[in-house]
Amino acid sequence: MVLNSILFYFFAALAVGSAILMVTRRNVVHGAVYLITTLLATAGVFLLLQAEFLFIVQVILYVGGIMVLFIFVIMLVNLDISLLQYQFNRQRFVAAVLALALGAQIFLAIKMGQKSLFPQASVPEILPKNTEAVADALFGHFMLPFEIASILLLVAMIGAVVMAKRRV
Amino acid sequence: MRLVLPVLYAVVIVAVLPLLAGYIVLMERKVMADMQARLGPMRVGPHGLLQPIADAVKLLLKEDIIPEKADRLLFWLAPLVSVTMALLAYAALPIGPAFQIADLNIGLLFILAVSSLGIYGIVLGGWASNSHYSLLGALRSAAQLVSYETAAGLGLISALLLAGSLSMRDIVIAQYDQGMWFIFYVPIGFFIYMVGSIAETNRAPFDLPEAESELVAGYMTEYSGFRWSLYFLAEYANMIIVAGIATTLFLGGWLRPFASFHDHLPGTPIELLDALPSLLVLGVAAYCFFLAPKQPVKIQKLVMALVGGLCLAIAGILAGSLFASPAVLQGVHGAFWFMAKVFAYLYCFLWFRFTFPRYRFDQLMRLGWRFLIPLALVNLITMATALLISREWGWSLRITSILAIVVTLAVAMWLAKNDQVDSAVPVAEGE
Amino acid sequence: MSDPRTTELSNVSTTVLGADEIILNMGPQHPSTHGVLRVKLKLDGERVVDSECIIGYLHRGVEKIAEHRSYQQFAPYVDRMDYVAAVSNGLGYCEAVEKLLGAEAPLRARVVRTILTELQRIASHLLWLGTHALDIGALTPVFYCFREREEILKIFEKYCGARLTTHAFRIGGLQYETYDGFEQDVKRFCDDFTHRIDEYETLLTENRIWVGRTKGVGILSAADAIALGVTGPVLRASGVKWDLRKAMPYAAYDQYKFEIPTRETGDTYDRYVVRMEEMRQSRLICLQAIENIPAGPIMARIGKVLKPPPGEVYHSIEAPKGELGYYIVSDGTTQPYRVRVRPPSFINLQAFDKMARGSLVADVVAIIGTIDIVLGEVDR
Repeated sequence: MVLNSILFYFFAALAVGSAILMVTRRNVVHGAVYLITTLLATAGVFLLLQAEFLFIVQVILYVGGIMVLFIFVIMLVNLDISLLQYQFNRQRFVAAVLALALGAQIFLAIKMGQKSLFPQASVPEILPKNTEAVADALFGHFMLPFEIASILLLVAMIGAVVMAKRRV
Repeated sequence: MRLVLPVLYAVVIVAVLPLLAGYIVLMERKVMADMQARLGPMRVGPHGLLQPIADAVKLLLKEDIIPEKADRLLFWLAPLVSVTMALLAYAALPIGPAFQIADLNIGLLFILAVSSLGIYGIVLGGWASNSHYSLLGALRSAAQLVSYETAAGLGLISALLLAGSLSMRDIVIAQYDQGMWFIFYVPIGFFIYMVGSIAETNRAPFDLPEAESELVAGYMTEYSGFRWSLYFLAEYANMIIVAGIATTLFLGGWLRPFASFHDHLPGTPIELLDALPSLLVLGVAAYCFFLAPKQPVKIQKLVMALVGGLCLAIAGILAGSLFASPAVLQGVHGAFWFMAKVFAYLYCFLWFRFTFPRYRFDQLMRLGWRFLIPLALVNLITMATALLISREWGWSLRITSILAIVVTLAVAMWLAKNDQVDSAVPVAEGE
Repeated sequence: MSDPRTTELSNVSTTVLGADEIILNMGPQHPSTHGVLRVKLKLDGERVVDSECIIGYLHRGVEKIAEHRSYQQFAPYVDRMDYVAAVSNGLGYCEAVEKLLGAEAPLRARVVRTILTELQRIASHLLWLGTHALDIGALTPVFYCFREREEILKIFEKYCGARLTTHAFRIGGLQYETYDGFEQDVKRFCDDFTHRIDEYETLLTENRIWVGRTKGVGILSAADAIALGVTGPVLRASGVKWDLRKAMPYAAYDQYKFEIPTRETGDTYDRYVVRMEEMRQSRLICLQAIENIPAGPIMARIGKVLKPPPGEVYHSIEAPKGELGYYIVSDGTTQPYRVRVRPPSFINLQAFDKMARGSLVADVVAIIGTIDIVLGEVDR
């Protein structure tokens, strides 16, 4: 359990730190790399919660697929101009105030719901295997939404191909 | 205490792998030379056996050049990412029944995930070089990798259906339980995975992003010395990983051929087929001793004899373990069979590299998207149907899988003929 | 670790033009342009819309040198033009001067010249095949081709002492008699060679990847080929059955039976097939010739000092790369007034633009390879 805590704090710190770095970097590619580390840290947290399928899907799809496309786009579009732009514009004070307000709200919410965060009953040592559980849910109970989501993705893909196609 | 053995295995793998990768490079150069009617490295050490050491020393001593406008953080990070991901994948690879660092219950997915993270090493490396053509080469390579990953993954799933679990160890045990390597149930899946894995590791005939140095500098161009050797190590480590996955999924992992054939030598508890490894290695040793007197130079004779002696020692270990406890026997023989299969798969990689010309990039992408992925999907469907039929109606899986194979082959022929995957002039869009 | 793959660096500089157009510069230092050739390509995305070949990096002033050398002294210089097929260059020059003198080499000399020239044709095509395959990515055929080429070069070395720039022939005939064992060597090579060509064909001809990389690439129609003055295998692959060995026989070609391979489409694959078949036909010519090399003198009686009567002559032969012509003007002295060489590679290279337009950048290297140029000949 000690190891669990240590790992959790490590991943959490990594996630928060990377997120801050991502937002503050001028170089967009650096920002994308920090986004990748944020996502990996989040995946680590999933793993700690014994949701190994979610962990691996986060890595394969989010980091290994979606972020690769992010990086493709960033690299193909010339973003050197971003290095010259102002990092924070004139609305930064308003934004800071709003961020503080949001943070205070979240802190309040956590404080008020403290009891439910640390349930009395301990988590069972052996959860049902995550992969099988996800599969059961996805292909059993949530079959229709799953299929609809698949068709939606297919439509999006076809639309993208049609719009972007040109003779080589 | 539980961690000691995994950590020990991890140390062994990280220590041995660079040496192993170096010697695989030497093997590639020797095999290439043999296929090209010449000798290959002969000077550095007898028969070139010290060539990898010489190359490693040379690379370590080379000047580390960083282009002036290169992005220093990413320039430093990119080869690191490649190598780390390549080495990380070994955590879930079962080299023997006991020699596995971590038996994850999502082992296969873990290896695939880590391999797909390796793409970042290429993309960031191309970007950090601050060269227009490095970048284009890197992006092309990444596009190729992503496309063929999909096809390879789909090919793997058809074998996963038979295994019923994502844990690498369970997959091998499933092949033991079913008494048949999965390649015999899904040979087309194996073929799809093989083609996908060749493209994933950027090997010929899919090495255009690397070898098209005629017009587009590959992503590795600006890297020199040690950084470059990291990329190189990552590439060969990747090759071993994909060979390991193919071996585990399709070729029975650490199982010997006919693993469920338990006939014993009369009067002893030793199984007949377990004598095979030592006999094979003895044969190699005999061949070495036979060749030794024919070598032209004295030192080469000596080395041949030494290699023969080494083979004798290995044969001795293999034979000796027959008399040890079953755990030791399984461990040693398991490792032997695993390595033998991995090397056979890698030999095919080398063979293809020196036989086939290169695909052009658009032909490569068309092959992946318009032939391999549809074929993989069809293969998956037919295999799943075959499995369903055999489970519900009780037909033998061998028969249903043969039917599935026939159907998939027919679809493959139709796809290949219908789609002009190799047409030189890109089929104009909209036709 | 040294890279078993080729590790060429490219010498590329680009100028960005409009929205999509780029000018891409290949060479002159470039692994795949077979010499110091510089090609400027204007690209629209991936397609070549315009191209320009810039030559002259290997210009040595051979034709000017000829004006200051006697006819025999100039003979070694011609080897250095198409240095891959030196024997053919020598044949063309010697026959041109013999025409100018009104002399003819004796029959024995002509037959031996034929054998050596056909062997040289095989050697030239072998080098072409190896390098062309290497450009397209097949790493192995080049070694096999050079193994066979080695046998031919050994025969040349035994005959005249040199492998590459042979100066094998003299004006009026031959200097050296064939060595003992010449016929056996040639016969042994020819007997072995069918098996070898079959090896290359197994690797390439039906290979999907090879066909995919070469079929439909760099098409040159027959009309275009004739209009541009293209000759040699490039012309024959476009469908025009024209070979100087049959149309205007020289040396001893009229005595032997052989075919002229032609194809229809004029793409890279057709040129490949034509050259493979030409190698087989050359082998047949060699076999027929060594059956019966007539006895007799090897040198015509033309005297030591050559002073051809004033006049001009144009004589061309079918070199491995196309029609190699020599236009020699004599003013009655021992040195020619003008020697003009019609190099096949130079004229064939002009077809590059026609072939490359509309093709992809990745095919440009294949197209350069399939024309089979030697810069020594293009630039002289």
